Amino acid sequence: MGETTRRLMQGNEAIVEAALVAGCRFFAGYPITPSTEIAELLAARLPQAGGRFIQMEDEIASMGAAIGASLTGTKSMTATSGPGFSLKQENLGFASLTEVPVVVVNVQRMGPSTGMPTAPSQGDIMQARWGTHGDHPVVAMAPASVGETYEATIKAFNISEALRVPVVILLDEVIGHMREGVEIPRAEDIQLLERKGPSTGPADHLPYADDGTGVPEMAPFGTGYRYHVTGLFHDETGFPDMSNATADTLMRRIMGKMERHRDVYEWTETTDTEDAEVLLVTYGSPAQAARSAIRRARREGMKVGEFRVVTVWPFPEERLRQLAGGVREIIVPEMNLGQLRLEVERVVAGRARVSGINRTDGDIFKPDEIYAGIREVYGGER
Amino acid sequence: MQTQLRLAGTGGQGQILAGIILADAAVTYDVKYATQSQSYGPESRGGASRADVVISDEPVDYPKVIEADLLLCMSQEAYDKYAKDTTEDGIILVDSTLVPSYCNEDPRVVACPITGVARDELGRIIVANVVALGLIVELTDIVSTEAVRKAVAARVPPGTQEANLRAFERGRSLINECLTPGKTSGE
Repeated sequence: MGETTRRLMQGNEAIVEAALVAGCRFFAGYPITPSTEIAELLAARLPQAGGRFIQMEDEIASMGAAIGASLTGTKSMTATSGPGFSLKQENLGFASLTEVPVVVVNVQRMGPSTGMPTAPSQGDIMQARWGTHGDHPVVAMAPASVGETYEATIKAFNISEALRVPVVILLDEVIGHMREGVEIPRAEDIQLLERKGPSTGPADHLPYADDGTGVPEMAPFGTGYRYHVTGLFHDETGFPDMSNATADTLMRRIMGKMERHRDVYEWTETTDTEDAEVLLVTYGSPAQAARSAIRRARREGMKVGEFRVVTVWPFPEERLRQLAGGVREIIVPEMNLGQLRLEVERVVAGRARVSGINRTDGDIFKPDEIYAGIREVYGGER
Repeated sequence: MQTQLRLAGTGGQGQILAGIILADAAVTYDVKYATQSQSYGPESRGGASRADVVISDEPVDYPKVIEADLLLCMSQEAYDKYAKDTTEDGIILVDSTLVPSYCNEDPRVVACPITGVARDELGRIIVANVVALGLIVELTDIVSTEAVRKAVAARVPPGTQEANLRAFERGRSLINECLTPGKTSGE
């Protein structure tokens, strides 16, 4: 207590330890490589913390169980990988529309389909944004190290509680299985956010009324508050209402709350951007190799900077737009064939040239590969 | 300074646990940076198994081994596959009990009957990985002896600490019985 401690931890283990610190007391899941350690460790750790662990019959049911537990006021999580993430999409949309806080971990592996279960990938980045149907609010984070995974997990619960929105943590196999030293913050240095409880008694409670913040109050089931939770469009009472006016109000509120509260979730890191001619936009594990490549390029006089997005969705548009004005070329290294590059191109809108360095063979980038990509922009051999 | 270590052999030998112990020694007890990663085969027993450990004074940029400064081979397959990915002045620690065929002229090779010692002297073949750790500590100065000793005690299954610490000390003394066939000026 009171001391920072340093521990060797696996990425999946960092998710578990941080979730417990954040107050997670319910996990429902169905094991799948490379996320299985999360379920395995929580099966042991949750009961010790007074929580509940349940292995469900499949990923669909485990997503449903996590949402149900959250409705009772318990911070809840589920974890999976590609094929399971696909199955969770329907209920993920339910959580978005009914505004139930829940954290979903997707330790990405090579896809589509069964793909390569033990190989890392960043192929689910667009699915994390648009995997379920309809316009919908969602947050997705892609930490770049085991230590950052610990931090991001606590923040994921905070965002989810504060904005009543599902938060996806996108690891990849390498970070999930890799062990690194993690600096565990002191308990008093960790800030936890909780959902806003009801300000009125059960009789007057309107479960989906906007109190001016865009985020309604949330009463825990089982405490005397009775209300309807439905995946149909609904009015302030929670009961279905298909009128055009109600639908428009609800959709604009749930999307609008994300735009209004960017400060709650936006998380980016910039390095060496002041004089940069070339900017790397990075996320997830390739950022480690990119950092080494940038250092080498800098030593050789190339003016390269880095804009790293930890919270990928909603995308930090304004920040990138500012940076894009000052550079001539933007490079996006990704373990897919250019998914986030599409978003970068949209935001940059011609202010700079955008290209990608892509790896899609189930292995991670070596620093040399990203360095070679940077040098190419500078005209090859120097 | 950054050092890359690769521990390779067969599933069930404890290569991954040995890798975790080295990384834990560096991170927790020596306060350095380290990453440990592994290759997973579909088999948990009997297939090839490999742990990569990178230990550095600065944050590690690439968690896998590109060229090993130290390679431990506890199977013929591991030697055949990885010996070529070892630095010119690196060390190839060969378990001569399990690797019958290795290059006699290679000055990097250090050959020791690791598994034989674990089986015949210590009575537990399962501690061979920790015997290897004792040798690694003597062959390099990447991690301190005390840090590895603490990490062994912290990471091995409960009830096996004593046997493993004995294996670690035996590994350290075993260095005097190793062969370096490629070195021209032999003992």
